[in-house]
Amino acid sequence: MPHDDDDHPHALLPPDPALRVKALETILVRKGLVDPAALDEIIDTYENRIGPRNGARVVARAWADPEFKAALLADATPLIADLGFYGRQGEHVVVVENTPAQHNMVVCTLCSCYPWPLLGIPPGWYKSDAYRARAVREPRKVLAEFGVTLPPETSVRVWDSTAEVRYLVLPMRPGGTEGMGEDDLAALVTRDSMIGTGLPGVPS
Amino acid sequence: MSLPVEDTAPEPVFEQPWHAQVFALTVALNEAGRFGWEDWARRFSETLKRNGAGRDLNGGDDYFRAWLQTLEMILAEDGAAAPVEVAALREAWEAAYLATPHGQPVHLPEA
Repeated sequence: MPHDDDDHPHALLPPDPALRVKALETILVRKGLVDPAALDEIIDTYENRIGPRNGARVVARAWADPEFKAALLADATPLIADLGFYGRQGEHVVVVENTPAQHNMVVCTLCSCYPWPLLGIPPGWYKSDAYRARAVREPRKVLAEFGVTLPPETSVRVWDSTAEVRYLVLPMRPGGTEGMGEDDLAALVTRDSMIGTGLPGVPS
Repeated sequence: MSLPVEDTAPEPVFEQPWHAQVFALTVALNEAGRFGWEDWARRFSETLKRNGAGRDLNGGDDYFRAWLQTLEMILAEDGAAAPVEVAALREAWEAAYLATPHGQPVHLPEA
């Protein structure tokens, strides 16, 4: 929060919840229940080191390597761990494949379960009541608001994440990408295409 | 209601520093074995449901307020941080901010 107002004689008072968090942190650190360095490490990891690029690498490899794709669809968790994208909370990742017959879309109706190691922290809309309620009730309408219009013959399946199982959508490989390497393919994979609320980019 | 959606312009991972701090505290406590993630998700979803009963939560600040309420409840129940202790330290932090000249780092007086 930028703040260069000379009229304030004292430090800018943070909002109430921020003070409550500081209070909790002080108590837990004093009691030795959390280590301040571990907190910094967690924040750095989520802010800088994990995010949708991890998921995009997995998708690009599945597009490029049929054996990897088959193994990924059969049991994604160990493969993803092998790539170094382990789940801190021990969750299982299930990869669901888009096909001309079925489009997949992910929600967490309970709270906001999300494949953190592959996609990072979910965007605000994923956590909103509106998305959580409407994705199940009227998925096509929600998709249309995201600019995704599917052919009538494509069915939409909505997957509800839990604390134990997190879903990642494997989008269909865009046309015109024959012969592209994994790095170039990964650049086409958007976060929303792995939640199912978007489609991957197309080569320019 | 709108579900805005350009993922070309990256949003900050955490909108507010305290969102990141309460998230990290929770993950650290889970990793230290203080509570399981399934229990956490169950308690958190109960808070969201309660808070969202009368209005639509936007998934931003109100989401992390619910997160903080849940963590406070769990820590009050297991005795790690009693509400009276939290209230006292919250007041101490507020006093420290008000007593610190603008631009200086804020510290609690030594306990």
